[in-house]
Amino acid sequence: MRHLLSAGDLSRDEATLVLDTARELAQVSSRSVKKLPTLRGRTVVNLFYEDSTRTRISFEAAAKRMSADVINFSAKGSSVSKGESLKDTALTLQAMGADGVVIRHSASGAARRLAGWVDGAVLNAGDGTHEHPTQALLDAYTMRERMGRLEGLRVAIVGDIRHSRVARSNVLLLHTLGAEVTLVAPPTLLPVSVGTWPCAVSYDLDEVLPKSDVVMMLRVQAERMRAAFFPTAREYSRRYGLDRDRFARLHDDAIVMHPGPMIRGMEISAEVADSPRSTITEQVANGVSVRMAVLYLLLGGSESAIGNGN
Amino acid sequence: MTHNPTFLIRGARPLGGDPADILIRDGRVAAVGAPAAGDPAAEVVEAHGLIALPGLVDLHTHLREPGREDAETVASGARAAAMGGYTAVHAMANTDPVADTAGVVEQVWRLGRDAGHCDVQPVGAVTQNLDGAHLAELGAMADSIARVRVFSDDGMCVSDALLMRRALEYVKAFDGVVAQHAQEPRLTEGAQMNEGVVSDRLGLAGWPAVAEEAIIARDCLLAEHVGSRLHICHVSTKGSVQILRWAKSRGCDVTAEVTPHHLLLTDDLAESYDPIYKVNPPLRTAEDVAALREALADGTIDCVATDHAPHPIEAKETEWSNAAMGMIGLETALSVVQHTMVDTGLLDWAGVAERMSATPARIGRLSGHGRPLEVGEPANVTLYDAAATREIDPAAMASKSGNSPYRGTTLPGRVVATFLRGTPTVLDGKIQ
Repeated sequence: MRHLLSAGDLSRDEATLVLDTARELAQVSSRSVKKLPTLRGRTVVNLFYEDSTRTRISFEAAAKRMSADVINFSAKGSSVSKGESLKDTALTLQAMGADGVVIRHSASGAARRLAGWVDGAVLNAGDGTHEHPTQALLDAYTMRERMGRLEGLRVAIVGDIRHSRVARSNVLLLHTLGAEVTLVAPPTLLPVSVGTWPCAVSYDLDEVLPKSDVVMMLRVQAERMRAAFFPTAREYSRRYGLDRDRFARLHDDAIVMHPGPMIRGMEISAEVADSPRSTITEQVANGVSVRMAVLYLLLGGSESAIGNGN
Repeated sequence: MTHNPTFLIRGARPLGGDPADILIRDGRVAAVGAPAAGDPAAEVVEAHGLIALPGLVDLHTHLREPGREDAETVASGARAAAMGGYTAVHAMANTDPVADTAGVVEQVWRLGRDAGHCDVQPVGAVTQNLDGAHLAELGAMADSIARVRVFSDDGMCVSDALLMRRALEYVKAFDGVVAQHAQEPRLTEGAQMNEGVVSDRLGLAGWPAVAEEAIIARDCLLAEHVGSRLHICHVSTKGSVQILRWAKSRGCDVTAEVTPHHLLLTDDLAESYDPIYKVNPPLRTAEDVAALREALADGTIDCVATDHAPHPIEAKETEWSNAAMGMIGLETALSVVQHTMVDTGLLDWAGVAERMSATPARIGRLSGHGRPLEVGEPANVTLYDAAATREIDPAAMASKSGNSPYRGTTLPGRVVATFLRGTPTVLDGKIQ
């Protein structure tokens, strides 16, 4: 694995290795000294063209716990705001000797383009409406920890599938790992060719809920309403929101996930978000472990992850 | 290129037929046939094995001047055209300023005449500044020195149905034609590539086929209703072909063009996110490509037009969604047509001559082009080596821009010589 651009690039063995490594590394987070020397002397650049405090902090924490040097480069107030192209920024990072570049960008494919211009590893931290592979890895990790398995697990992903990089990466990764995914959304928020994706599709949340082990709710942005993808927020919420009544239709050990940031009262009600069966804060914690694992596997070379062998 | 010597083209195969000698004198074809005793003063061009075609005519070329001389100029574009075997190109109106007045079209026409490598026939904008709302002075452009007959807002669709009706009616007064860029604007807001399996996977906003087909259907019905001539630019979908076939069967006076790239390339090339493949209308599916080839063969699509769209390097070395749309095509068009239509058995060379010379000249009302290779006709001749192969290197092209999707690939055929009214603009594959 040279870059991580798409969840679809991972074989079943590679994806499982990431999850197993993350589990090993998670132990570090429970220590009083949360630091490993594994990536000492390596430089990781966080190149964020979109505001995403949550993801940037997660990657930063992951890199620092592995002792990497972290450079945060945000588009605002930088050469980018003066009109510098992605290619020139890439060449600058290259000249500075970045071993890994974590990129978040509003353009689909930006991570792939960057990978053609730098020698270091490129880690896609969300590119437009394309993919967000580490989110899918941390979601799979969370499911495996909670449910004990991924094979045969029934996962419903609900919301704005069409514009969701989280949904794209999850469909690919969960399929690779043997889970059964059902996408649930109004037809306007599904891609036209969704019938060719390796998953099932439904327009009816109530029908899918009782048959699900995991329900993953996606954020629905108000701007979609203005573009007539659905009539009103209230109608969306009524048909596709996970409220207390719908939550009751789930079987007792089913869990509720959300990649955040969530809009309480729109796609998820407060009591569901705060329920013990919601994994939303766990997902955040697991995000650090999974990103440590990915950074280690991309940049770590032959040293062992925990480094306690000698 | 000021003098007009006599040339004897020896042994070429007119339209791929039996070898013949072609004598060119005073800008016209003086003799065609069995080896002639010839004119002792004639300069001999050995052309054994080469195909002789009437000089090619492009209905759809972006020369970028005035305004974007960093991408192409009329002079560099005319050289690229000559190198591609063209003797006349139609310069699209979406320059800066837009070619929407007699002044701008006359400027472009003069630049072309001064360049001399190819006849440059300006296209006039349908609406002022391509605003889609106010008709440009079409009559003034028609009556200018540039004698504009093709009107197009290319790049923008004349989406207002009433305005389109008026334009279709108005240009009848001077035998004009409206060339429509068929793209329903609301259905293609922010569109990046063909909407389908690939766009959904890549997370790039889709440009659905229906956005082209709906406008073509509407405009064919409008043209039929008002009895006007309509031309459809760069047809790209199977559905569009079916609508055109239906409209023609009803007697609608519609013609259509297809680009070389839509005859060859498909939307899965976008998997690389390399915007060299970003173009409008977008690359479609293999099924569309097959339908377009069949339609060009059976005449449902009348001609090939390049949509040569030069862009500077920085417009393509960027994220897909930020990149400019378009690809250059003048210097590869004939090779792509050979590869997709001739080598596949769909067209013979006479069919190529019709679709790349005679028909576009007729649609554009260029009386001095697209003529048969016969005695007395203007000596616009292209000599083409169909047996050659070449690796495409944009750096070696005459175009100022290098945004060719064929970079590094091998294509058949090579233009050896181009004659414009008896004067060689290209000889031995080199610009004159």
